[in-house]
Order: sequence, then structure tokens, then C-alpha cells
Amino acid sequence: MKHELPGSPAGLDPYTGDWDTPHVVHLLKRTLFGATVQDVNHFKGLSMSAAVDELLQPAAPPATKPLNHYGADPTGVAQWSTWIGTGLTYEDQAMNLNRVRSMQAWWIGQLLGSGRSIHEKMTLFWHNHFAPNALPNLGIPAELWYNQYLTLRKYALGNFPQLMKAITLDPAMLLMLNGSTNTKTSPNENFGRELQELYTIGKGPGSFYVQGDVATAARVLTGHTLDLNYNYLFQPGDHDDTNKAFSVFYNNTIVTGYSGAAGAGELDTMLAMLFTTQESARFLCRKLYNFFVYYKIDDTVEANVISPLADVLRQSGYNMTATLSVLFKSQHFYDLVNSGACIIKSPLDMLVGLCREFQVAMPSDAKGQYDAWTMLADNASDLQQEILAIPLVAGWGAYHQAPQYHELWINSVTYSQRNFITDLLIGTGNMKNGTTLRIDAVAFANSLPAPQDPNRLVSDALDILLRPPLSDSSITLLKQSILLGGGTTDMYWTNAWLNYLAAPSDMAAYATIESRLRSLLKYLMDLPEYHLS
Amino acid sequence: MRRRDFLKAVAPVTMLGGFRIDALSRLPFMGMLPGAADNDHVLVLVQLVGGNDTLNTVIPLEHFGDYMGARSNIAIPQGKVLTLQDNLKNGFHPSLTGMQALYNNDQLAVIQSVGYPDADGSHFRATDVWLEGADEDQLLTTGWVGRFLSDTYANFPAGYPNADMPDPLGIQIGSVISPVFQATVGTTAMAVPSDTEFYNLINGITEPEPDTPMGNELTYLRSVARQTNKYAANITAAAKKITQQQPYPDTQLAAQLRTVARLIAGGLKTRVYFVTASGFFDTHGGQVNPGDPTTGQHASLLKDLSDSISAFMNDCKFLGINKQVLGMTFSEFGRRIASNGSFGTDHGAAQAVFVFGDYARAGVLGQNPDLSGLNSQSNIPMQYDFRSVYSSILRDWFCVSPDDVSTMLLKDYQYLPFLKTTACNNTYTDLNGLGDSLIKNSPNPFVNNTTITFKTAGGHTLVQIFNALGRIVLVPVDQDYTGGTWSVTVDTGRLAAGVYYARLQNQSVQQVRTLLKVRG
Repeated sequence: MKHELPGSPAGLDPYTGDWDTPHVVHLLKRTLFGATVQDVNHFKGLSMSAAVDELLQPAAPPATKPLNHYGADPTGVAQWSTWIGTGLTYEDQAMNLNRVRSMQAWWIGQLLGSGRSIHEKMTLFWHNHFAPNALPNLGIPAELWYNQYLTLRKYALGNFPQLMKAITLDPAMLLMLNGSTNTKTSPNENFGRELQELYTIGKGPGSFYVQGDVATAARVLTGHTLDLNYNYLFQPGDHDDTNKAFSVFYNNTIVTGYSGAAGAGELDTMLAMLFTTQESARFLCRKLYNFFVYYKIDDTVEANVISPLADVLRQSGYNMTATLSVLFKSQHFYDLVNSGACIIKSPLDMLVGLCREFQVAMPSDAKGQYDAWTMLADNASDLQQEILAIPLVAGWGAYHQAPQYHELWINSVTYSQRNFITDLLIGTGNMKNGTTLRIDAVAFANSLPAPQDPNRLVSDALDILLRPPLSDSSITLLKQSILLGGGTTDMYWTNAWLNYLAAPSDMAAYATIESRLRSLLKYLMDLPEYHLS
Repeated sequence: MRRRDFLKAVAPVTMLGGFRIDALSRLPFMGMLPGAADNDHVLVLVQLVGGNDTLNTVIPLEHFGDYMGARSNIAIPQGKVLTLQDNLKNGFHPSLTGMQALYNNDQLAVIQSVGYPDADGSHFRATDVWLEGADEDQLLTTGWVGRFLSDTYANFPAGYPNADMPDPLGIQIGSVISPVFQATVGTTAMAVPSDTEFYNLINGITEPEPDTPMGNELTYLRSVARQTNKYAANITAAAKKITQQQPYPDTQLAAQLRTVARLIAGGLKTRVYFVTASGFFDTHGGQVNPGDPTTGQHASLLKDLSDSISAFMNDCKFLGINKQVLGMTFSEFGRRIASNGSFGTDHGAAQAVFVFGDYARAGVLGQNPDLSGLNSQSNIPMQYDFRSVYSSILRDWFCVSPDDVSTMLLKDYQYLPFLKTTACNNTYTDLNGLGDSLIKNSPNPFVNNTTITFKTAGGHTLVQIFNALGRIVLVPVDQDYTGGTWSVTVDTGRLAAGVYYARLQNQSVQQVRTLLKVRG
């Protein structure tokens, strides 16, 4: 049964309340992939404001490039060497698909190594925003997707207008949405439409641009294309150099037409026009709210959060760091009754978060790494979130499709599949393609502050793993049924734990605690609550 | 075992085994044969968590003086011990009136001194051993019931539920599934709570769904979780069919057993149910009230156990499922022979096991433990391996062939005749030879060596020597013999002085002989 919920009255005023484990875990689960015990301890030691500031610090650029993990390469790239920078003008689509797969796996590796910065999560936000699908576009060389990733990453925490311009001129985007063939004699409206509908203005309540604006934008964009080596190029001869008049929604703005190289500058004028609208800032704030807080935006949230956040966005020049800082430090964000535990984890959030929270050991050799990353990418794909293969240009349905939004991640197939995956990781760990990824339940318990105390062990594990609170009676049930094997004497668990610590190589002592910890973690991950963040 | 073989093992034997037809006609499931897809036997496992003091549960009237001597502060006075029909050697704790009635009504078997070599005193390890069917030092990742069920239902869980098996293979009453159901393919059981009206069946605990965004999403997730529970509709339907049951006591165990009876009678084809006795049997102190050993913690625990099982059996009869049901109680260990100063008992080794149901053979299998010449650390020596009990249940109740039984239990175990052979129409020769001394030794007492003489029916014969703590110290005989009487001389020079037990095992026969080593 669905309930209509009142929007939270709390707004963007700075939060000054408690800064305790639930608040820290909430912030980390929303801004990173999972909340590790170590990260929770680290950020708990800071003030809330300092914690947010640190999370918003950019991360270092990727230390590696995607490798040839697929073997035979007709262009001569050796296995386990990178194919980046080895040329773009091949026509072998089978090889290109292999490279896309390599890129997808490598991206998973980036998510796993994302550290204590929101950077990768924001990059993924923008990936969804621009929603490319490499699979039906195998004519686009995989390296262009790699470059697009770097572009998203470069501007992820910076100013959105700069990112929007870079993506407009991004070779992969010019190919995917036909910008490269948009000329004054045969205009192509594809990108001009999505620029407004999906990237800047949206279809929200304050959006009133018209079809004429789509055609006009397409004319502004004519001539921006690629050379034969897939480098961006402005072709003045293909550019429509007449004046472009936009509708009343854009205050009847006229973008003056220029011939020659100056024609390229019309793009800046048009982008400035788009970002001057109130709706442009609100649209982006709604998407941020959906991604980081909750999908339901009623009048109260619109008035108390979206509208003031849009003001911040505009006043900061659409600066993401400044805007997210206000959101993540706000009373609204830490109103855990209304904002807590209500995001259904995306598949990547769940899978990558799980690997990080349990610090699942990853292979150290290149083949092992790519096998593991591929396996995770495949599982995310089975769960309806395939990186670099977003089925709709509007992005994954969970982030835009009313009224279900995040609930679209979950159906009877994907829910069973999620349980299957967590059961496998906490069980044998024998994943498909020969990879072993196994949760070390004992290491996880060891990372908690008081694993010898079964009460603390359960509640500390719950703090990390389950966002909705459990009642005392459920906690007692978990402790007694699982850790105490049906008994009531806490000391028996304590003794078993101390026996293990005294003789870590005693397999029987290890098995005694390991089997019970594994049961506990399996139980928690099988609960519907586990899928809430 | 493939499912087809399982059916072969069941149906034709039942049909062609030479039963009197009037005996068959009393079996409710006969109406389903021929063509009934299955033997409909159900096993209910009742776990007593904490280590039950079975020496105060099944009292050795035969050795009452030694019993009183070993535990005078908690011993049940002889006059209060419940007597058993045609049995002067054993009696029951006074709380077990229901069990006494079952025994006297030919529905309860007792198996004495069930354990395993080198018994482990840790609750956790001992519980794992019993649930997994493992050796003391063997680390398994599967449970014995899980192996039985996954071997019996080929390819499980792929293709299940199906027309032949529309229901969970096992059901755990409660919200946490016992490791006994674990198979290599995952668990073979579903958890079903005992205290709901079955409308909200999802595995696990269910907190309320508050009227918040979190509650909103949790409601959604649970609704999908319920859709994925392929068994929920059948379980709910089975429960709904039963609107009338007999009275039960108001305890947790009784509530669990009431649910079991309801689901069986409602037509579920589930083979094994697992319930947990109320309370904690770890009676280190206050096991009895000072001055009145018939009262105290243990008396309450046993009363609940006995009253609940008794009510369950009564209800099964009312519901017409009494021929379908067999139950077994077990704990992780028995307790020490001698009591401690806190009116309690410390962790022990072997324990007595109850098996109840219309197909249980009334009787006490095995000898009373010899309680003479002991010290405070002495444990009841094992007479029967606990896996022999499992083995015999698989053979005589689930009608599994001996080869498959040894696959499921990972080894061959002695076959114990505590079930009526009519359940599977098996045959065996009762070689238990009560009164016939099959194993002797001379000299006894001895110093440096003693000669053990044993009588074997042929085939594999085993003689193990245990110390008073239940640890194996020597295995002088472990090979095939032709039938007859044989002797081996055992070098006992390195054994410390004290009481030992020599255990002979040959097919279904086993006997224990008390040995006494003295200083030279």
C-alpha cells in the first residue's frame, strides 16, 4: 500500500544537530559507494562541515588506462597493454566491442577505488545525465568513450556550463546524437532537442520551450563536427550564419549569426541563454535531489529545497561543489525520518558498495582484476544498470521515470538476483567466469570495535549494513538465534571469539565463529531492508 | 540419489512387501497409492539448546545407588521416578508424564548414550557437529538434512517448486534457518514464523513500516520479496485449510509444533521440520531447587518439552496425520555424570535421544551407563554414534537405500532398530543380544595388557576403547571378520590407571564393556 507522504519541512539551513554514526553512515552511503567501517570512523572524527568538505575534494586522476583484456587485437595491441592512444581509425567492430567491454570493466575498477571522494559518484551522475549507449554505436571508437569519461570527470565537481559545452563538442556525443552531421543544408535536431529536454531545461513544471526552440538550437549547433581522425572540428562552411531567434520562454533571445570561425562562438551565447533560465537550475537541482536524497518532490520540497538550492546553483555559476556542499550540510539532508534510508540502492551502489564495505579481496594480477571487474559489470547489467550502455537517452529509468523512479530497480527477477549474488558472495564466492569474490565475515567482524561482545557485534554490524533501524527484540533475536546458536548466554560467543583470537590458525575455532558470522551477514543481506540506502 | 530411484525405493516396497492389507488400510496415505508421488513421511527435529542432562531425564533405576552417589544433590528420589511399562531398568524424570504415556502407548523410543568419539565440550562446536553430522575434528559446510534433501530431490533448487514437490523441502519454524538444512547448493529450507496468520510470509524478521519515505520503500521491497517467495501461496493455503486443532500449552515450543501439525495436515509435502525447545538447557546452576530435585529449571524445561510433544501427538491423531509423523529430540551434548556444588551439572558428552511417533518402537535401546568408580570429570561413554540414529531414520523412515544413506552421511554407520520396520517394510535381524555378553576381557582389572574376546556375526567389526571422558584411546579391532569368536590382546602399558570402556560394533550390534586399569 502506498502512502502519500508529507514532504520534509526542513530546508537548507545548516544542520547543527548530532553528528553520530547514523548521520555519518547516511552521508557516506549517499555520496560514496558504501560506508566502510574505517571511513565511518574517519569522518566521525571530523565535524559534519569538515566531513562534507573532504568528500567534495576532487580525487586524483585515474592511475591506469583500460587494458587489452580480450586477447587477439587486429591492430597489434599486446594483451595486458593499454589500447588507449593506439589509433582510432580501425573499422573492426568486434574488436571495438572488446574494447568497450574493457572500458566497462575498467570503469568498475575506478568505482571500487573511489576512496573518500564523491568524485566517481558524481562522474556516474553525469554519465547518467548524458546517458550514452556504446553498444548500438559500435562505429564509435571505444577510446572516445574513455575520453568522454575523462571529460565528465574533469568537470564533475566544477561548473556545469563548462561541462555542458565540453560534452556538446565531445566527439562521442557528436557521433551518438548526430551533431557531426548537423549542417545548415540538412539540420539534425537530435542534439538540439536533448540539449534542452534532457540536459538543461527538462520537462518539469517550469519548462515552456517550444519545438521552434529545438530547431533553432540545432541551427546554432551546425558546423560542429569531427575530422577524419575523430578530432573535434568547426566547419564554418556547414554553419548556419543567420540570426537565431528563440521563443518567449528564452525572453525572445536572438543569437546573432556569424560566418567564419566566429560562428563557433554562437554556442556560448546559446548556453548562457539556457543557464539564465530559472528552470535550468531547478531542473538540475531536482536531478541532484533524486540522485542523492529521494525521488519524491512535492510542493514542500520544491519550495523548501529545490527552489533555494537552485538559487545557490545559479549564484555560484552552476558550481557543483558549492551547491552540493549546501545540500549535504542542510537540515533537510540530515532529517533522517524523511531523508534517511529511502533510496533503493542502484545495482552499482549495491555491488560496488558491498565490495567496499566488506573490503572484498580483489585479485592483484591484471587478468584476475579484469575477470572480477567484468563479473561485477555483468551482474550490474543483469540488475539493469550497465555502464556505458544506458538504454534510453533520458538515462536509467530509476532517475527520471515517474511514478516509480528508484523502485524500477527492483522487480521479482532483480530482487531474486540480488539475493542470489549476496548469497554467493557470502557463501562459496565462486562467481561466474572462474572468479572468486568472497566476503571475509571474520575480517569484517574484526574491523568492528567490539566483536567479542555479541550485542555490540550485531548492533555495530547493523549500523553499517542496514539503514532502517531494527527493534531491540529483533536485535536480540539475531544475536540469540545466530551468534548464540539459540542460547542466551553472551559469554559463549565471547569465549568462542577469544578462542579464535588466541589461536587464529585453529581451524575449528575459526570455523565456529566464521560460520555464525557468515549466517548473520547472509541473514542481513537477505532482508529487504538491505537494499535501502 | 535421483528422484526416480527414491520413488523406486519407496513405492514398490510398500506395495509388494508382504504386508497384511488391513495394516495398510490404516495408513492414511494409502489412499494416495498407487501413483502417489511420494512416501509422505515427515520428520520433526526438536533441538534442545544448551546440553540436556539426560541422566536426570532417563534415570538408570538399575544403578540407582551409583546414580545417587554421583549426584546426590540433584538426583531424583527413587520414589518420584516415573516407571515404564515392562522396563525395570529405566525410569523418567517426574516432569515427563506425557513422554511416559507415549512410551507406555508404544510411541516412544529412547536411545541411550548417543554421541561421537572425542566429544567436544563447546556448545558451538558440539552443535555444529550434531547439525552437520560431522566428526569432532571434521569441518563441514553442509548439514545432514540438507544433504539428504538435496540428494533426494535431484537438481534442487533448479526447477523447484514443481508438481511433484510444490513445497519447501524443509521448514524451519522461526525466522533463522538452522544449518542442518544447508546443502552445497544453499539452504533446502524456508523459515516460517510460528506466531502469524501466514499472510506476511517473507524470510526473516519484519519490523513495522512507518509512514515515512523509508517505510514507503520498505513496503515496496517487501511486496516484491513476497512475490519472489515461490512457496508463500502454498503455505498460506495449507494453513488456511486447518481451522480446528487440539489444545496445546501456551509455550514457544508448543506454538511451533502446533504450526507444524497445521502445515502437515494442510497438505504440505515438506519432509523435515525443525523446531527449538523453549528455554536453555545449559543447567550449570539451579538445575534443581535445593531440597526438592523434582523442581527447578530442568523440571520446567522437561515439562514443557513433554507436554508440548504430548499435545502435538494428540493433535496429530486428531488431524489424522499420526502415521505420517516422526519426531526426534536432541541436544548438543549430555551433561557430566557427577553434579557440581551449584545444584547443577557441567558440560558432558553422550546423551539419551528420544524418538517419538506411531512408528517408534517403545523401548530403551542400549545399556544404562556404568556409573561405578567415577570421578567428577567422568562423562557418559558413547554407546551409539549419533549418525547411527540419523542413518536409521533415513533407512527406516525415509526408506533411503543403505548405499545412499552412506553417501548422505559420508560414511557407513551402524543400523539401530528403534523404528518399527513397517514404516518402510525393511527387514533386519535383531542382533542386539541383550543378556548375551558379546565382548569380555581378561584379566580385568589389568596392568600391562588384557585380552579382549568378542563375538561377531561377520563383516566389519570394530572395537574402540574410550577413557572416562569419552575420548578414544585405542582401536584394537577395525576390520572384516568371518562370523565367530575372536580374541585380541591389547597393550595397556601406557594407559593411566582408571576406568575405560571397550565398545564393540558389528552391524546393528553394539555393546560396551567396562575395563579397569590398575597400577602395577
